[in-house]
Amino acid sequence: MAEIANPSVSIQNVSLNYGAVSVLQTLNLDIADGEFIVLLGPSGCGKSTLLNCIAGLLDISKGRIFIKGKNVTWEEPKDRGIGMVFQSYALYPQMTVEKNLSFGLRVAGLPKDEIAKRIARAAEILQIEPLLQRKPSALSGGQRQRVAIGRALVRDVDVFLFDEPLSNLDAKLRSELRVEIKLLHRRLQNTMIYVTHDQIEAMTLADRIAVMKGGVIQQLDAPQTIYNRPVNRFVAGFLGSPAMNFIEGQLQAGDVGAFTTDGVSIPLDRYEFDKDRGSAGMPCVFGIRPEHVAFGDAAKAMPFTAESAVEIVEPMGSDTLVWTKLGGRNFSFRVEAEKTLRTGDPIRIGFDPARASLFDTQSGNRL
Amino acid sequence: MSDQAVSLSAPSGAGHADASGPSGPKPRHIFSRRNIFLYGTLIVAALYYLLPLYVMIVTSLKGMPEIRLGNIFSPPLEITFEPWVKAWSTACTGLNCDGLSRGFWNSVRITVPSVILSIAIASVNGYALANWRFKGADTFFIILIVGAFIPYQVMIYPIVIILREIGLYGSLSGLVIVHSIFGMPILTLLFRNYFTSMPEELFRAARVDGAGFWGIYLRIMLPMSLPIFVVAVILQVTGIWNDFLFGVVYTRPDTYPMTVQLNNIVNSVQGVKEYNVNMAATILTGLVPLVIYFISGRLFVRGIAAGAVKG
Amino acid sequence: MSKSERPSRLFRNLNAKVASIPMILTALVVFVGGTAWTVLYSFTNSKLLPRLNFVGLDQYYRLWATPRWLVSIENLLIYGVISLVFSLVIGFILAALLDQKIRFEDTFRTIFLYPFALSFIVTGLVWQWLLNPDFGIQGVIRNLGWTSFAFDPLYNSSIVIYGISIAALWQGTGLIMCLMLAGLRGIDEDIWKAARVDGIPMWKTYLFIIIPMMRPVFITTLVIIASGIVKVYDLVVAQTSGGPGIASEVPAKYVYDYMFFAQNLGQGFAASTMMLLSVMIVIVPWAYLEFGGRKRV
Repeated sequence: MAEIANPSVSIQNVSLNYGAVSVLQTLNLDIADGEFIVLLGPSGCGKSTLLNCIAGLLDISKGRIFIKGKNVTWEEPKDRGIGMVFQSYALYPQMTVEKNLSFGLRVAGLPKDEIAKRIARAAEILQIEPLLQRKPSALSGGQRQRVAIGRALVRDVDVFLFDEPLSNLDAKLRSELRVEIKLLHRRLQNTMIYVTHDQIEAMTLADRIAVMKGGVIQQLDAPQTIYNRPVNRFVAGFLGSPAMNFIEGQLQAGDVGAFTTDGVSIPLDRYEFDKDRGSAGMPCVFGIRPEHVAFGDAAKAMPFTAESAVEIVEPMGSDTLVWTKLGGRNFSFRVEAEKTLRTGDPIRIGFDPARASLFDTQSGNRL
Repeated sequence: MSDQAVSLSAPSGAGHADASGPSGPKPRHIFSRRNIFLYGTLIVAALYYLLPLYVMIVTSLKGMPEIRLGNIFSPPLEITFEPWVKAWSTACTGLNCDGLSRGFWNSVRITVPSVILSIAIASVNGYALANWRFKGADTFFIILIVGAFIPYQVMIYPIVIILREIGLYGSLSGLVIVHSIFGMPILTLLFRNYFTSMPEELFRAARVDGAGFWGIYLRIMLPMSLPIFVVAVILQVTGIWNDFLFGVVYTRPDTYPMTVQLNNIVNSVQGVKEYNVNMAATILTGLVPLVIYFISGRLFVRGIAAGAVKG
Repeated sequence: MSKSERPSRLFRNLNAKVASIPMILTALVVFVGGTAWTVLYSFTNSKLLPRLNFVGLDQYYRLWATPRWLVSIENLLIYGVISLVFSLVIGFILAALLDQKIRFEDTFRTIFLYPFALSFIVTGLVWQWLLNPDFGIQGVIRNLGWTSFAFDPLYNSSIVIYGISIAALWQGTGLIMCLMLAGLRGIDEDIWKAARVDGIPMWKTYLFIIIPMMRPVFITTLVIIASGIVKVYDLVVAQTSGGPGIASEVPAKYVYDYMFFAQNLGQGFAASTMMLLSVMIVIVPWAYLEFGGRKRV
């Protein structure tokens, strides 16, 4: 990973404990200017906590936080040069949209015409001009979230923080606003830190994703890298829907090396090992994504093939998920929706081990 | 807290500011201006609220000569339980000189059946309103709730007439009925809301299984609503024990509840005022609700928040 | 439970109707019937016993010509304003202080609320003792050397109602604090965060954001306090018995005394009808706002 020269946000050795409970464990994260970073993880992984620490809404126990090269560890949120968007929108319900946008600026004592200028710009960008005189209760969920973004926008700051901004919206609206946020980022070129538990949001929006678990960043990389080369079993399992197939077995020694489990041997000559090559007889987990599995004639060309039978067929509209058995374990793969397979049909499946992931059973780390 | 920043000099300019500058938690002083204001105000307020209790207790433990001499705030020089004994067993109201104990037992005999009866009626009522709505039920319920705001003075005399007609005026049973009537609005509301919040599926499943009105109430609703019963008991015991108006209107001197008797003892114009006995009697009367309050803690808060409508 | 023929409407859901008989009787006979009865008899000249001998508004003319009633009304107004303003302000401030993530929150809350567990009789008697001019607060301060110090509200007819208000506030503010605290806790945490990011000082956040958001809590609290004010009775009986003279009389006591001592039922009924009227002035607009929009409660 390249060192970032002038990070927009730099988190250095940040820890947070509540008594004996450690919520964040010595985190380090440098975010480049204009980068869109997504903090992704299951609930309780510390992603929102980290965001609140960056915002200054939570005191950290150890470490430093820099924003634009300035040590803001002890600064109040308002002095950090951030704007924040919340899951519950957190609009002030008794004020009109315009008042919501301007309240902070008026308190800060900005001149009237400057406030008007900023509101006009934010309203134009977010297309909320017709809503300015309404109260939040008269807005739809999507409109409210737009106003909430507007409140961050008028602060004219370098760093935007999003705390699960779309999770209160229904699926359709969520995908619409997702695109809008992406367009907003392209237009503003601001640094954005975005917390979500939704992997689609993460994959589509992020320049880099930080996958978190237990207060630790598991992997920080571009979405494709994280998807294709997860550093451990947690990351592999957390990303991807339908989930990656995992098969437990052992590493077999030899020139080429292979992965074996109940009567199945998968050659690993094409597999690109990480630094840790593991040792013979070591228990490990073989993982392959359902969409990387071929079947029928296409399977014959693959370095690894196996015979099996269809157990369950789950049509998902755009494609179909087929469940079968490999090495005695449930195994799923994706086929086009047009293919008609029925329970009991014998099939041939195959895949290229180069696209697979291999993890040490004990540590869960990639081999 | 070991690695707090030693150097407070801010890093100059932009660029990578590394190992210097603020780090870790923002330092907070225990004696910050905010904390002094916050805790100072709270402590002063707490003292104000505690003062009467303290004065009550110390006064009740002093002898009369000491009270005449000094200061109500000073702790007793010589602790005596004489006033307590006198308040309980020999203080006079009118011609009766058997102390507050009579009022205490009257109050027990009023409170226990009143609490049971009022909760029994109101819980069944609330259950019927929540799960077995019938046409017009809501109208009666609204009348009941609005009725809770009618000053009691408007209704006391008609009730006197009703009780006199059925021969219960002046008896403890009459007062029990009155307490059940006036406890009904708030308790019904409490139970109705609680039963409404229980999953509807539970009720439907029981009906599919063939359980009827009383079967569902006794076997499903009752066992699942213990907390709300506790809240209701707290609310009612405190409310009925503390009642004065109904006690004074609907009972006779020999059946007066404790509050009425206490007021008669303390505010009687005959004889020398014995402040220590008065305060002992006052504490004795307040003891039952106070004990309930300190034991029940958060449940009491829940109860009064719900019961607040009663005003 | 299976029924072959369609039962008549009256008997459908019979158990629920039987179970509701106490409620129906209470609602119709006591609340509606009792109130109507009292209002009706307030137009008669009933003395020792209620008699339907109508005299029009005579009782009301007499009522409003009675100095004791006028004093009672004046006292109720003063007491009411003091109760409303101070219990809302003190209750809210205490709740806001307790909401600052402080230590010993439970202890403080327990202390502020315990007087509410005590009856008005107990409250009145304690404060009667504390405000005793010879031995109470005034006596103590005079003994300290400030011999001209005067604080004897219970014996000074011009300020006696304030002495009663002090006791009432001591007893009742804990409840208001609890209601306010529940309201504050119901406010979305993100609102506070948003206000901090916006750089809005805490007092402005309370004043312009939190308090407006708590409007329903304030209205409910207001109704609770207001309906309690009209009922004030035991406190006065215990603390002053209406004295000195008639200086601390209140309407509820007027009603009771005329009904049960003065043997002038008509006056008592008229006075209680006036009390009902004053409560209605508060309750009806509130009920209209609260329940007017939707039919179902």
